[in-house]
Amino acid sequence: MSDTATLETTAPQAKVKQITVVQALNAAIDEAMAADEGVILLGEDVAAKQGGGVFKVSSGLSEKYGEHRIRATPISEQAIMGACVGAALAGMRPIAEIMLMNFVTVAMDQIVNHAAKLRFMSGGQTNVPMVIRTTTGVGVGFGGQHSDMLEAWFAHVPGLKIVTPSNAADAKGLMRSAIECNDPVIFIENILCYGLKSDDPGADYRVPLGKAAIAREGSDVTLITYGRTVLDTLEVAETLAGEGVSVEVIDLRTIAPYDEPTVTASVRKTGRAVVLHEAVRSYGTGAEIASRLHESLFNDLKAPVQRIGGAFSAVPMASVLEQAWIPNKDEITAAIRTTLDWKR
Amino acid sequence: MVKTPAAKPERKPPAKSVSAVLPEEGSNHPRPRDPQRHEATQDELLHFYKEMLLIRRFEERAGQLYGLGLIGGFCHLYIGQEAVAVGLQSALTPGRDSVITGYRDHGHMLAYGIDPKVIMAELTGRGAGISRGKGGSMHMFSTEHKFYGGHGIVGAQVPLGAGLAFGHKYTEDGGVCMAYFGDGAANQGQVYESFNMAALWKLPIIFVIENNGYAMGTKVSRSSAETEFYRRGDSFRIPGMQVNGMDVLEVRGAAEAALEYVRGGNGPLLMELKTYRYRGHSMSDPAKYRSREEVQNMKDTSDPIEAAKAELLKMGVTEETLKSIDKDIRKTVSEAADFAETSPEPDPSDLYTDVLVEQY
Ligand SMILES: Cc1ncc(C[n+]2csc(CCOP(=O)(O)OP(=O)(O)O)c2C)c(N)n1
Ligand SMILES: [Mg+2]
Repeated sequence: MSDTATLETTAPQAKVKQITVVQALNAAIDEAMAADEGVILLGEDVAAKQGGGVFKVSSGLSEKYGEHRIRATPISEQAIMGACVGAALAGMRPIAEIMLMNFVTVAMDQIVNHAAKLRFMSGGQTNVPMVIRTTTGVGVGFGGQHSDMLEAWFAHVPGLKIVTPSNAADAKGLMRSAIECNDPVIFIENILCYGLKSDDPGADYRVPLGKAAIAREGSDVTLITYGRTVLDTLEVAETLAGEGVSVEVIDLRTIAPYDEPTVTASVRKTGRAVVLHEAVRSYGTGAEIASRLHESLFNDLKAPVQRIGGAFSAVPMASVLEQAWIPNKDEITAAIRTTLDWKR
Repeated sequence: MVKTPAAKPERKPPAKSVSAVLPEEGSNHPRPRDPQRHEATQDELLHFYKEMLLIRRFEERAGQLYGLGLIGGFCHLYIGQEAVAVGLQSALTPGRDSVITGYRDHGHMLAYGIDPKVIMAELTGRGAGISRGKGGSMHMFSTEHKFYGGHGIVGAQVPLGAGLAFGHKYTEDGGVCMAYFGDGAANQGQVYESFNMAALWKLPIIFVIENNGYAMGTKVSRSSAETEFYRRGDSFRIPGMQVNGMDVLEVRGAAEAALEYVRGGNGPLLMELKTYRYRGHSMSDPAKYRSREEVQNMKDTSDPIEAAKAELLKMGVTEETLKSIDKDIRKTVSEAADFAETSPEPDPSDLYTDVLVEQY
């Protein structure tokens, strides 16, 4: 576990500035734009005259770098995506901002058939260094067409990387690495995490893609998750610690390709695993991870790997239904107990 | 406390004519006739006035309920645009002609005579809501009225509208589809695929662009290479009409000319309704992209409800009558709000109903 980063990114006693996830993302894009003329951002309402982005991630950047680099677009996701793929072919490092993850579906062809495949189909003659930034989140009543976590769709496509931060420091480090990555990266933000604060990791901070973080060390069971559900998991782990149950929490950070060595090492140690995501449980990324754990650790597992995810229905608008949809802490606790109580 | 009333700005008379119709006269393509401002009887105008006022008061109340936390998620108000839905849909027959629109859909439902109670209850996410609380403000349907939503993906309702029109034509039910979308939505690719198909197959559809000047924070001139939206059908030989959407009688008159053309088997027609939204895009909109003066000026000089009111007074309708109408409408809206606040929330088990016709 020596080279695995943890959430502790700065010395605890030093008095450091706190930044939110929004500020972290803004800073990473700002630094990348200052460092590389080829970094541009295209998206709806992203420039100052349109309000600096719905969630203010690009706030201040059009004033600083000009509207030719922070380009507000019409509501034309296919053209945003296609133009970014084209600009990447031309040697730039574009960032395509898609206001919400459900709207990415409008541009699926450009992502799946083009961004992901052009390097392979050209026999390595070109590459597509671009970031597709988008955001989503369940719990605020956005309803069926504005709440989905669709990472599994992209994880199923060879040629893409998928990243999602659960805290501000990782947001900064992952964004910087994503922009510098020579392949297309889908960068998923979570609306409910935007206001979260962490210590500012400072300028030019990077978190390597493909590296998970051990968010909490433990010895009885491994909880593997990413994004907002990391927070729920940490709370459950804290509660269970009071009962003497030691939960190790892994924040994947990169969903595809995920950090299999870290995950495998942890589960080999604990012998028990629960995989959790906000996306619907069925056919989710959790199924892939669980299956790989069963393949590699069949004889070491003390219980079958448990999976938790959203309900298999569209995200409902009514608050009671939405709350019933979201994977919750009781479910996490129950899944952990299932692995602990398992009798062969 | 004594308030001195501020001097009222002079109200401009409603623009007399429809600004433009394409193709120009003399063209040998089929062309809709030049629309005339509808000559309404007093009863008719009173009816339009009531409908517009119902939408306004309903939306004001929805805004309040949102502020109180009784409505969550998104809530896009129609205030300022009332004359569009009322003028157009008063010329349609609910249950025969179909209507489809985007997420700013409360007004279109009210204009189709759908019960305010079940609309408001959907906004508050109650089991008695028209989509059982599952859809919310953006996703409301009344198939009984042939009102097909309520859609959250900008522009996506336009191809759906083409399909509804295909249905009208295929079954020869005499219906026409009215597919509404915004100036911002007009920049989505799928809109143009639908234009082409609808024109190629002569589908009975009226594409309605509600040009309210903005798409969220983006002014039309910043997003659109062709800002005269009624010309957007040109390359598909779809005739266009530009209409003053702040005058319910202009809108109604234009609707009649458009329907005549489309019902005549000539294929689709595109209407651009020039209108304005007074409120923010959704409920959380700091509105930094436009000035207060701009908004105030529209309210003062172009309000569709005030204009109808002035015309009614001129026709001899008394202030008392108008006051009692307002009172009745406030009562209707209060009842809807009470219903929406007090009716029960859905049962959590509803999460797994309606996913399929069958069950998993
Ligand atoms: C495909 C897609 N992209 C972006 C959005 C986010 N969005 C919602 S409404 C809107 C503006 C639409 O403006 P317009 O079409 O003019 O309609 P208006 O809100 O003015 O009625 C945007 C960008 C969305 N819902 N769907
Ligand atoms: Mg608009």
